[in-house]
This record gives sequence, structure tokens and C-alpha cells, in this order.
Amino acid sequence: MKINEEDIRNKIKKGERHDGRDPLEYREISIEADYINETANGSAMVEIGNTKVLVGISIDVESPYPDRPESGTIVTNAELAPMASREFESGPPQEDGVELARVVDRGIREAEAIDLNDLCIEAGEKVYTVFIDAHVLNDDGNLIDATSLAAMTALKSGYLPEYDEETGTLDRDEKWKDIELSTEPITATARMINGEMVFDTTHEEEDAQDARLTVSIDENGQVVAMQKGEENPYSTDEIAESMDLVKEKTQKFRNLIEEAVE
Amino acid sequence: MTSTDKEVEWFDEEGNRVDGRKADELRETTMEVGVLEEADGSAMVEIGNTRVIASVFGPQDLHPKHLQESDRAVIKMRYNMAPFSVDDRMSPGPNRRAKEIGLVARRALEPALELEKFPTAGIDISMEVVESDGGTRVTGITAASLALADAGIPMKGMVASCAAGVVDDTPVLDVNGKEDKEGNADIPIATINRSDDDTESREEDKVTLLQMDGDLTTDQVEDCVQLAKDGCRQLYEQQKRTIREKYNATDGGDQ
Repeated sequence: MKINEEDIRNKIKKGERHDGRDPLEYREISIEADYINETANGSAMVEIGNTKVLVGISIDVESPYPDRPESGTIVTNAELAPMASREFESGPPQEDGVELARVVDRGIREAEAIDLNDLCIEAGEKVYTVFIDAHVLNDDGNLIDATSLAAMTALKSGYLPEYDEETGTLDRDEKWKDIELSTEPITATARMINGEMVFDTTHEEEDAQDARLTVSIDENGQVVAMQKGEENPYSTDEIAESMDLVKEKTQKFRNLIEEAVE
Repeated sequence: MTSTDKEVEWFDEEGNRVDGRKADELRETTMEVGVLEEADGSAMVEIGNTRVIASVFGPQDLHPKHLQESDRAVIKMRYNMAPFSVDDRMSPGPNRRAKEIGLVARRALEPALELEKFPTAGIDISMEVVESDGGTRVTGITAASLALADAGIPMKGMVASCAAGVVDDTPVLDVNGKEDKEGNADIPIATINRSDDDTESREEDKVTLLQMDGDLTTDQVEDCVQLAKDGCRQLYEQQKRTIREKYNATDGGDQ
């Protein structure tokens, strides 16, 4: 049991949170697109309250998988930098970091947000690989939403450099064309604390949570990816309620991304 | 000392470098302290397009116990480059270069810290390079020193760090990525600085980091070290201003 766990669980029953927010309310969200000046092919810094996540896109050229000769690839990776939390250690990604990367990845790849065929340079020979690297700099909770938001913003502001057939290299200094997005899935996470639904938990609140459900929804309101996490079960009613609320929240995120990449 | 196919014009007719600077000029530098909330101390330093965030946790309990020292605190230092911090993506995870830089950066900072005040404790310092255009280790050390001050770790002085190099037989301060890759030499140094130092003083003359690769005469090396020391002093002045602005102190950053 963590210090404020009991207090947080009791308060939420009365609809109260320790920072005065409503249970469904997000902290202040700020999005800075193109945070990295030169080296990345797209980037975004997202802050939700004190949580800070930086995502950078890198583009490389690789051979396609033999069974999908015309498909490019997407690789998503998340690093919980030791500076982000007293609890993080240096070393290979732990369970949390791997889950974070995979949930964010699913919200983009499985939603077919990027048209992989659009990443083909020469069928069977050369395709673009889009690396989405998330760097968590400060963890005050809700990393999945912050990282997804940063990843979508970075992709929307990102670009492919032109491949030079003669030299076999990428012309990294020029923006050649946008990364084509066929849909734009946005991700938000509903949490259950002591029987109440809560959004945008702080690190402290996450120590007190029972369960969470992450939902990715595209611009047509279609659900494209989900992940249930933490110890406790989730009822069918809670699933339905989560999806409805996420639909509402992601609409707001959509507007924030649009403003940031303008 | 790489020879390239095309000759690089390192200086224009007016003696300006490839990015428009004079030989003894630093790139535009911004410093900020207290940029992260979880860490006990933090700072971001941006020198041109090189940007490093540093954090400090501690002094705190150090585990496992056999790492503890009975008469002083032990520093653990991490240097890491984000995958997107370079043009060709850097695979995540530690490598030999990062390990070595972590080591020399620790050695650059340790002499300035009053570690004997915290026997058996540990201090974790971490440097994340988010964008790189040459000089990431020196920028990281400058940032880490600010983060240590932000964390309230007692120090004998502020460590500032920058590199000098030689291009076209001319010593230049604060080599950028291009000058580093294609120039004759790169000498990163770090110094301990105090505001009560006079020009010929003792503390200022303490070089805590010195590395070099290149092809230089001993005179050129001496010129570079002097140039880099002047650069460190300029960075120190800015470190001091940054700390003072943050804490609104009339005097500080040197005790």
C-alpha cells in the first residue's frame, strides 16, 4: 500500500481527486510538433500535466519481408528513461516499457494508419522503415495516452526523405513527401479506481487503480485497438462506458493535434 | 582527420566558419534548470542544434550495499543518445561509446562535488541526448553540473565543459558536428569554476576532462586547451545566471 492510496480510493467515491479535477477531466495538455530541429524525420513533445514524452521518427531503408515484398515496416519502441522516475532503472525495457510500446504500436499499425504499400521503393528489394521512438522524460502517469498523442503528432508532422537510387542513400536534408496516413486513430485510457471511472491518472493515482482499458478510435468512430491492463476485471458495462467516453476524449485530442501541426 | 573527396571551405573571406561563427565563438546557447519534476534536480542545455537533458536523483540509499563507500557518496552516471538524436537512427541500449562517456563525465564532475558529506549514499546522474550536432558529452556535463546545483548537492565549484578543435590549421571553439567529423581534431575539456577566481587562479585551472583525437602539434594542443577553457568560462557565466534567475538569488552558484 502506497502512502496516499487509501485517501485516493476514498475520495474518488465522492467524485473527488487530490488535485481538484473531476474524475473524467484531463490535466492541461500541451503538444509541440517538430520539437527536434534536424535529426528526426518528424517529432513531438507532449506534456500532460507533469508527464513529458518526446517521440521522434527516424526513416531508414531496408529489405522487405519475403512474404510481403511491397510492404514497408513500422517499428515502435519506448524507452522509460531513468530520469523519468525514481522507479526506472537503466537496462533493457521491462514489462511496462514493452507494453507501452506495443499498445502504442497497435494503435497505429493494426489500425493501418500508415499505408505500408506507400512505403515501398522497389518491390522485393527496398522499402522504407518508419521507426517511432518514444522517450519518456518525466512520468507522472498516463504514459499511454501521452505517448500515443506524441506518436500521432510526430507522424502527422513527419516526412519521408527521398531515396537516391544511384548512391543508395537517403537525402535526409530535404522533406520529400508526407508520411501518408489512411486513418488517424487516437488513443485514450479509462481507469477504474474503487468502482469509479477516472481518466488521466497521475503516477500516485495509478498506484491506487484497479484496472484500465485503453481504446484507440479512428476518425469515423471505429474502434481499432484495445488493451485491458492491471489486476482487476472489467465489466461489460464498464467496457461500453469506456468506449463512449474515449470517443468523446479523442475528439478533443484530434483538435489539439490539428492545432499543433498547423 | 578524414580526408573527403570535396574540399571543404572551412572559412569564408571574412574568416567566418561554416555556420557563420568566428573561430573563438560558441554556438548560441540556452540553459534551463528544473525542467523535470520527478528528478531531484534537472537541466536542459542547448548549444546550437545539440540538446541534452540531465537529471539528478539523490543523495539517496545505495543498493546493493557492497557498492557503498564508507567515507563518501558514490556517483552513478548514465549517458544515452535517443534513437532520433542522430541522422542514422541509433539502436536503443547501451554501447561501448556511451559507457566510456559515462565514465569520463563522472570523472569530470566528481572533483567538484563534496561527496564526503554523504557517506554510503548514492547519487544517480543521467544525461539524455535528444538532438546531436557535435559536442554531446561536453553539453551533457555542463547540463549535469546545473542539475547537481538544482538538486542542491554541495559543490566546490561549477563544472563547465566545451570542446575546441582544429580545422584548416586554425583552432576553433565549440566544434559543430561537421567540424568534428571532418576537421583535424577535437579536444573536449571540462573545468571547475568559481566566481571568486581571478584570471590566474587555482580552481579555474583544474581541468577535469580532457580527451583528444586528431593530428596536432603540441602548440596547437595548447592553443586548443586555452580556447576551450575560455569557452568553459563563458558557459560558467551563463550557468551562474541561469541558477540565479531560477532561484532569484543575489549571489550563488559558486559556494
